[in-house]
Amino acid sequence: MSFPLLTATAALPALGAIATAAVPAAKRTAAKWLALIVSLATLALAVTVLVRFDPGGDRYQLTESHSWIADFGVRYELGVDGIAVALIALTALLIPFIILAGWHDADPLETGNKRWRPTQGFFALILAVEAMVIISFEATDVFLFYIFFEAMLIPMYFLIGGFGDRAHEHGEETAATQRSYAAVKFLLYNLVGGLIMLAAVIGLYVVAGNFSLTEIAEARANGSLDMATSTERWLFLGFFFAFAVKAPLWPLHTWLPNAMGEATAPVAVLITAVVDKVGTFAMLRFCLQLFPEASTWATPVVLVLALVSIIYGALLAVGQRDIKRLVAYASISHFGFIIMGIFAMTSQGQSGATLYMVNHGISTAALMLVAGFLISRRGSRLIADYGGVQKVAPVLAGTFLIGGLATLSLPGLAPFVSEFLVLVGTFARYPVIGIIATVGIVLAALYVLVLYQRTMTGPVKAEVAKMPDLRVRELVVVAPLIVLLVFLGVYPKPLTDIVNPAVEQTMSDVQKKDPQPEVEAAK
Amino acid sequence: MENLIALLVAAPLLGAAVLLCGGRRLDAVGHWIGTVLAALSFVFGAVLFADMLGKDPEHREMSQHLFSWIPVEGFQADVAFQLDQLSMTFVLLISGVGSLIHVYSIGYMEHDERRRRFFGYLNLFLAAMLLLVLADNYLLLYVGWEGVGLASYLLIGFWQHKPSAATAAKKAFLVNRVGDVGLSIAIMLMFTTFGTFAFGPVLASAGDSGEGTLTAIGLMLLLAACGKSAQVPLQSWLGDAMEGPTPVSALIHAATMVTAGVYLIVRSAAIFNGAPDAQLVTTVVGAVTLLFGAIVGCAKDDIKKALAGSTMSQIGYMVLAAGLGPIGYVFAIMHLVTHGFFKAGLFLGAGSVMHGMNDEVDMRKYGGLRKYMPVTFVTFGLGYLAIIGFPGLSGFFSKDMIIEAAFAKGGTEGWILGGVALLGAAITAFYMTRVMLMTFFGEERWKSRPTASPEEPSAEPAAEHHGAHAEPHPHESPKVMTIPMIVLAVGSVFGGAFFSIGDRFVHWLEPVTGHTHGHPPVSALTVTVATVTVMVLGVGLAYLQYGRRPVPVVAPRGSLLTRAARRDLLQDDFNHVVLVRGGEHLTRSLVYVDHTLVDGVVNGTAASMGGLSGRLRRLQNGFARSYAVSMFGGAAVLIAATLLMRAV
Repeated sequence: MSFPLLTATAALPALGAIATAAVPAAKRTAAKWLALIVSLATLALAVTVLVRFDPGGDRYQLTESHSWIADFGVRYELGVDGIAVALIALTALLIPFIILAGWHDADPLETGNKRWRPTQGFFALILAVEAMVIISFEATDVFLFYIFFEAMLIPMYFLIGGFGDRAHEHGEETAATQRSYAAVKFLLYNLVGGLIMLAAVIGLYVVAGNFSLTEIAEARANGSLDMATSTERWLFLGFFFAFAVKAPLWPLHTWLPNAMGEATAPVAVLITAVVDKVGTFAMLRFCLQLFPEASTWATPVVLVLALVSIIYGALLAVGQRDIKRLVAYASISHFGFIIMGIFAMTSQGQSGATLYMVNHGISTAALMLVAGFLISRRGSRLIADYGGVQKVAPVLAGTFLIGGLATLSLPGLAPFVSEFLVLVGTFARYPVIGIIATVGIVLAALYVLVLYQRTMTGPVKAEVAKMPDLRVRELVVVAPLIVLLVFLGVYPKPLTDIVNPAVEQTMSDVQKKDPQPEVEAAK
Repeated sequence: MENLIALLVAAPLLGAAVLLCGGRRLDAVGHWIGTVLAALSFVFGAVLFADMLGKDPEHREMSQHLFSWIPVEGFQADVAFQLDQLSMTFVLLISGVGSLIHVYSIGYMEHDERRRRFFGYLNLFLAAMLLLVLADNYLLLYVGWEGVGLASYLLIGFWQHKPSAATAAKKAFLVNRVGDVGLSIAIMLMFTTFGTFAFGPVLASAGDSGEGTLTAIGLMLLLAACGKSAQVPLQSWLGDAMEGPTPVSALIHAATMVTAGVYLIVRSAAIFNGAPDAQLVTTVVGAVTLLFGAIVGCAKDDIKKALAGSTMSQIGYMVLAAGLGPIGYVFAIMHLVTHGFFKAGLFLGAGSVMHGMNDEVDMRKYGGLRKYMPVTFVTFGLGYLAIIGFPGLSGFFSKDMIIEAAFAKGGTEGWILGGVALLGAAITAFYMTRVMLMTFFGEERWKSRPTASPEEPSAEPAAEHHGAHAEPHPHESPKVMTIPMIVLAVGSVFGGAFFSIGDRFVHWLEPVTGHTHGHPPVSALTVTVATVTVMVLGVGLAYLQYGRRPVPVVAPRGSLLTRAARRDLLQDDFNHVVLVRGGEHLTRSLVYVDHTLVDGVVNGTAASMGGLSGRLRRLQNGFARSYAVSMFGGAAVLIAATLLMRAV
């Protein structure tokens, strides 16, 4: 038996989480370093997965399969395709930056209580989330996926509810109440989604007799597993609902601005750049593969909801007065693009959507983490409390601008590639929707540039006059993200090479072919 | 030789990277690095040009394929370059004028503590603009297209501590984004129609597609061109863009970037040739803009804004010519080049005047400056003669050709377009004479002025440093500034004649754009005589108003049209009412709806459960216990779910 690489990639952060939590209260710094080292080791494993993965090979690779709950046919089955590999790499890549950016976010305010260990808890929870997200990307057993899809809510809940921004414009007590509200809202929304999905998971078991994604998909494809049209549609809706809450899709999105607003910036990045990706990923992997006909049936409605998300999220972002909520609404708009790309059912749309998941992760991390550095300096999330930062902290302003330009999909940076692919892929099949979606491009420029103008330009506000520029630790966080944004904007080929074959598989699952050009151009 | 093409872009790109990432230690040499790399790009361009001239006119196109950019099933975008006569013309203009303006900026920005960054942005602009004209497909062109938009944004807002500059920068980017949507839709249409968006195959098989599709693509390209080239209805950003440092106005907002729209149309000639409706709209946009810009130019007292109106108007001529099809493409580009010379020269002259006048921009506070700044006066004067089309100077040749081509379109359209172009020539002569007289002639109005008027702050914040309240002491600018002005003046004088003698320019571009000789309904000589006549009329009228009579320091109230023109023909008022205020209402009410309706109604259950947990929370004190309760709740749900599983 070969080395269980996929298990190791998920188990390492899980064990790291336990170890970090066990570090004694007095050794806070040791706990931080331990968490950072574990996350870097996990990144090394993820890179190994990336290298060992052969884009031209089998659909699922590095597979592992063990019997688990034999009574119900639940198996411990892991395997990755190109889409999963890309997202595992993204997750493993972002966690070290999240840890480093949140280095001081969980330092205890008073040192009196010897048994109180928030720092250890904070970093242990982040690693726990990482482990669960990675195994969700790897699981090819529907039940196994479901367990971790739900279980990750618990560490996320504590991360949102337990750790907020140091200084808060409304005082610590209000902050605690709002945090608590945001955490409960996050949990309830996702639990409701999860419960509905659970019903569908059970329903799928009743129909198919097992939980194996590969077996069911194969049986669906060769016709040996017949599903009544209505059954398939109900099951599809059960799965889709849970994923649409997590992604999140309009109108199930309202938990996200609360959660991202109240959480610390690194945790907000964890939510939107990492955890939410499980939702869009699962649409591609589970909805489309297990329920191809129902997916086609639901396409018009999903596309319209995605389109609403794009425009609505962007308009709401324009109207925000809080930096973090603005980024949250921008993310809602971007998730609209991702979902639109998935359901456009074209190669360009789905490759674009997968790239979009990766690129959105990196660009939002860059923007949000710099926003977090900014907020920690001034102790306010309100845009109106800033002004003229560019003059006092040019490097901070410059990196913030680059994060913003990535968010508005400036050509030359990575998000442009994915956004254009999604648009062109959608346009090829649904021209009207594709054209309306381009309004999102203009609105993105509006919310990013207005945010930049109000915080960074103009006369220097007295409260920001003494603001220090980025520190070395902060630069170490931002600079690699920016380098990646440029690299993947100029040369995305390494990523598309991995993703394309998986997308072609998915396209054949749903039995779709790309529309052909009107005129065969002279080559 | 082909391998040099990438270096054209790489040199300034390297400069931008080094200057922007290099930090303060490069402050002392940053401007030299930037200038040398810009000049290097020009040298590469010149070498390639020499090589190209040595080849047979039909085989001058070169290409360089660097790497596959976005390979996705059915979709192929490459980073590849194409250098033909059209691109070559732009390369020389961009890197040539660009290098001159780098040199000029060494002097102009000498006292700015962020000079290194300024040169970094200028280099970034050059790289993006060269990418735009060298790309061999529309998607790569798009990268350059938005890249120049970014550089323009950064440079308009260079003095970002001034709210007006930051606002102008944002506005420019946003209006351009609207145009960019046109470009992306055009590319999407090309993809679905031809399966590709590379110039070669798209333009070669354009004829195989239906006229409807071509019209749609053409109109979308025109929308893009309107944004970048400040044509009606996307013209409103250009006047505000004058908030940027004057060398930026000269390079980006006069000589090069704003002409990118004309490049796009001429490059896409095969598409427009097959879409007469799109061509007609293009000519109308050009004609309307050339009048619009000219009228605005007559009313502005800010020297840079007057020149900005003029830029808009001159690009209107180019767009008009490009819309005429094969009878106009060559002349559109020819006017673009000559305009690049004289307008860059005029802006640099304006910058030189401001440099000597404590950064005052109000022409009503100039006057009689010819004695104090002889070099500026002469170079600006030559640029002036060139733009109004004084016989023999460059603007005369290029503009006359466009007017002739407009008449040659034939029918009523031809008469209307030709008439508008003639009228535009008269107004051009009027407003440029006005600028000339108010600045260099008449009484020295700056002497009688006690203070700078507070309600109209000057565009250049440096005024704060050297004290705007002191009486200015006009002086000539240093050599590093005047030499580029002299070079551009030489181009303004001889460029047109050089291009026109023996139809040099026509023969040069013909293999790329195609050319048919137009036959105006009246003889070419008649057109020329008419053009010169209206020019003289315009000059004469301006002289009567601004030369014979003293210019009041405070602007008179003026007629309704004057007042509207001062407000840019109410474009911003329109935008404000319709877009800004309407948009604000929309977003504000949506924020409310999201907070109450969507959050509340869609999730009634979640809300009531939230209330429940709120009640629970009130019973508890401290974090730990409330965590425990919620965790218990979560765990209970999971356990219940598992039990349910067992039961099934």
